[in-house]
Amino acid sequence: MPSHKIDPTKWVDQYSDYLFNFTISRVNDREMAQDLISETFLAGLKSMKNFKGEASERTWLISILKRKIIDHYRKSNSKKGKAEVHINYKDEESEGDWLEERVADPYDKTAEGDLQNEELGEAIYKCLSQLPEKQAKIFRMKTIDNMDTEVICNEFQITPSNFWVIIHRARTAMAGCMEKNWF
Amino acid sequence: MGLFKINCHEGKMLCDKNQYKKSTTLWEKIKLSLYLIVCSECRSYTSKNVKLTKAMSNSKVQSVSTDEKNALKKRLAREMGQ
Repeated sequence: MPSHKIDPTKWVDQYSDYLFNFTISRVNDREMAQDLISETFLAGLKSMKNFKGEASERTWLISILKRKIIDHYRKSNSKKGKAEVHINYKDEESEGDWLEERVADPYDKTAEGDLQNEELGEAIYKCLSQLPEKQAKIFRMKTIDNMDTEVICNEFQITPSNFWVIIHRARTAMAGCMEKNWF
Repeated sequence: MGLFKINCHEGKMLCDKNQYKKSTTLWEKIKLSLYLIVCSECRSYTSKNVKLTKAMSNSKVQSVSTDEKNALKKRLAREMGQ
């Protein structure tokens, strides 16, 4: 029996940050990451009837996003292929190989670090998703977006002392959750 | 010494503020430093808080801005026929 339900009206608030970080670590382009998330949500809407409820909504959206990212790589690789240059090789067997195959991948050196950052990002968003909505928003705006306290207070119509109480509760909960999941 | 007197809750709140640059005054920093000498609970809280700050900065997490989220919501709502 399906245990998860689908609610597209909550997708942006609940999953866009998580999907965005998942994407940006792979495509390294903010605008492209946003386009891919937008396409993912639209594809999710179209295939809502295929959602069986066996996995969580987030897992289901991630599986759609992964396909979108693969399509993006395919498209950009096919464009790149047009600009590639052939060189002459010594033996006939290797003739026709692409030049880029012979060059060391400069990104490979950072692969391990990227993976750790990505896992840390996932742990942070997992903990953030367990906070009450308002607390999570305020914590995100202050800690991730580095917004001014005054701007946040104005947006939520709260006093600075209320703001710091909310931040205190959010940080206590986040530290406790990260202690269990990461530290 | 009365000037330096704060309680545990205030100490923790100062510690939170201190995690964000330019949020604490020099006076608050001094009060917090002195309080940490005498309060082991606050020292433990500070240690966890600093770990969280480091994790947040090491992860380089980014978020989608409110405007970008609103644009996404509008697009989704349009597709849903709302």
